[in-house]
Amino acid sequence: MKKLLSLKNVVISIAILILIWQILFSVSSYNKALFPSPKMAFDALLEMIDNGRLFENIRTSMYRFCIGYLSSVIVAVVLGLILGRIPKVFRYVNPALQLLRPISPTAWMPFIVLLFGIGDVPAIVIIFIAAFFPVLLSTVSAVGNIDPIYLKVSKNFGIKQPSLTWKVIFPAAFPQIANGIHLALGTAWIFLVAGEMVGAQSGLGYQIIDARNNIRADILLATILVIGVIGILLDGILKLIEKAVMKSWGGAV
Amino acid sequence: MYIEIKDACKNYVQDGKEFTALDHVSLNIEKGEFICLLGPSGCGKSTLLNALAGFERVSGGSVKIDGKEVTAPSINNITIFQNYGLLPWRNVLRNVELGLESKKVPKEKRAEIAKKYLELVGLSGYEKRYPKQLSGGQQQRVAIARGLAVDPDIIFMDEPFGALDAITRMKLQEDILRISREEKKTIIFVTHDIEEAVFLADRIVVMMADPGRIKSVVKVPLGDHRDRTSENFLYVRDKIFDLFNMKSNEYIEYII
Repeated sequence: MKKLLSLKNVVISIAILILIWQILFSVSSYNKALFPSPKMAFDALLEMIDNGRLFENIRTSMYRFCIGYLSSVIVAVVLGLILGRIPKVFRYVNPALQLLRPISPTAWMPFIVLLFGIGDVPAIVIIFIAAFFPVLLSTVSAVGNIDPIYLKVSKNFGIKQPSLTWKVIFPAAFPQIANGIHLALGTAWIFLVAGEMVGAQSGLGYQIIDARNNIRADILLATILVIGVIGILLDGILKLIEKAVMKSWGGAV
Repeated sequence: MYIEIKDACKNYVQDGKEFTALDHVSLNIEKGEFICLLGPSGCGKSTLLNALAGFERVSGGSVKIDGKEVTAPSINNITIFQNYGLLPWRNVLRNVELGLESKKVPKEKRAEIAKKYLELVGLSGYEKRYPKQLSGGQQQRVAIARGLAVDPDIIFMDEPFGALDAITRMKLQEDILRISREEKKTIIFVTHDIEEAVFLADRIVVMMADPGRIKSVVKVPLGDHRDRTSENFLYVRDKIFDLFNMKSNEYIEYII
C-alpha cells in the first residue's frame, strides 16, 4: 500500500512538472527550435532510441561512472577506516582535505585534460574526486563515532587487526558510511555530466554539448531528462543494496 | 593470593580539579570467590573493576592477578557491561561465538559451545534472533553466555543488571548465583544495590566516596541457597545498611 501511494506521488509530481513545461511552452514566444515542447523532446528521445545513440552514450557514461564511483568509494572507505583509527595523523591530514574539498571537481578539469587528454579518463577522475571527499570524511567521522563499548568488548575478547576492522569497526560504522556513499552518488552523477561536457567526445554529457552545437534543443532536453531518470534509478539501486546489507546485519544499529 | 590489589591509587583531573577515585586501596581475593564491590557513585568501584579488567591502569600501587601485574584486558578475564555490548549486526549465536573466533576454535565446535552456553542461560531457540529483537534481560543473558563461552577464569560484572526492571533483575541474580556455583568462576561484581550484594556475594567490599576507598569488607555467611525473605538475609542486609550510616573511617573486617 505504501509503495502504491509513493507511485501515485511520483506520477502526479512528474505530470505537474510536464504540465508546467507545456504551459511555459504555450505562453512563451521563443523559437520552437530553442525551447521545444514536451512532445518534441519525447519525439527526440524516440529518435535517439531508434538510431541507437542514446544507449551507446548511456553505456559509455555508465562505464565511466561505475569505474570512477566504485574506485572512489573503495579507496575513500579504506582510507577512512585507517585514518579514523589514528586521529593523531588525521589531525594533520584534515586541514589539507578541508582545503581541497570545497574546490569544484570541474575546476580540476583543464588540468586533468592537459595531463590525460580527452577520453574516458577525465570523466572518471572527475567522478572520483566528486565522490571521494564525502565518502572519506563520513567514514572517518563514522569510525570516530563508534560506541566505545564495541572496542572495549573487542579488546576483552582478543580481537586484533585486521579482524577488528572487518568484524567490528566496519559494521559498526556502516550506517553512517552508507550515508556518505549515498550522498556521494548524487554528487558523482552530477559531475559525470560536467566531466563529459569538457573532457570527452562521447557519453551523455557530450551528447548535450553535441545537441547544442547542432541547435537541437529537443535532443538536449531529452538527454537532460534521461540523466535525471538514470540518477533516480541509481539512487534506488543503491537504496536496495543498503537495505540488503542492513538486513543481513539484522537491521543493525 | 589469586588477586592482589595493593595500595592502588587513581587520580583524575576533571574540570581542572583533582579527583581521587582510588585512595590507597588494598584487597585480596581468593580463586572462586564471589565478591561484590558495593558503594555509592564516585566511590571508585568501577575504577577498581576497570583496573582489574585491564581497561585502565592505576596511577599508584599494584594490581596483580595470579602473580602478574594487570596491564591490558585478557580473554581469560571477561567483563560484562551494564549496556551488554552485544554486536547488533550479529545474531545471538554469532555474538556468543565472538570470543571463540579469536581463540581459533573451528566453526562446528564454536556453534556447539555457543549453543551449550545459550542453553545454560535459558536462551535455547534464540540463536537466529538479533540483539534488538530481545529484551534487556535476554540481551544480558546473551552477554553472559558470550563471556562464559571462552571459559574465563574471572568474570567482572559492572552493574550488569542496573538497566533492568526489578523482577528481571532478581531472576538474573538467581541465575548468576547458580551459574557461578556450577561453573566455579571467580566473580567480581560491581553494584550500588545492597540487597543485590547480600544476595550474591561471598564477601561484600563496602566502598565510600571522596576519596574512593574501602570502608570495610563483610563476609556473607549465607551459603549457596539464599532466600531474600529469610531472617539471616535481612540481618546481613541491616548490617550493611548500618555500615553506610556510620561516620567512622576505620577499616573494619566484619565477621558475622
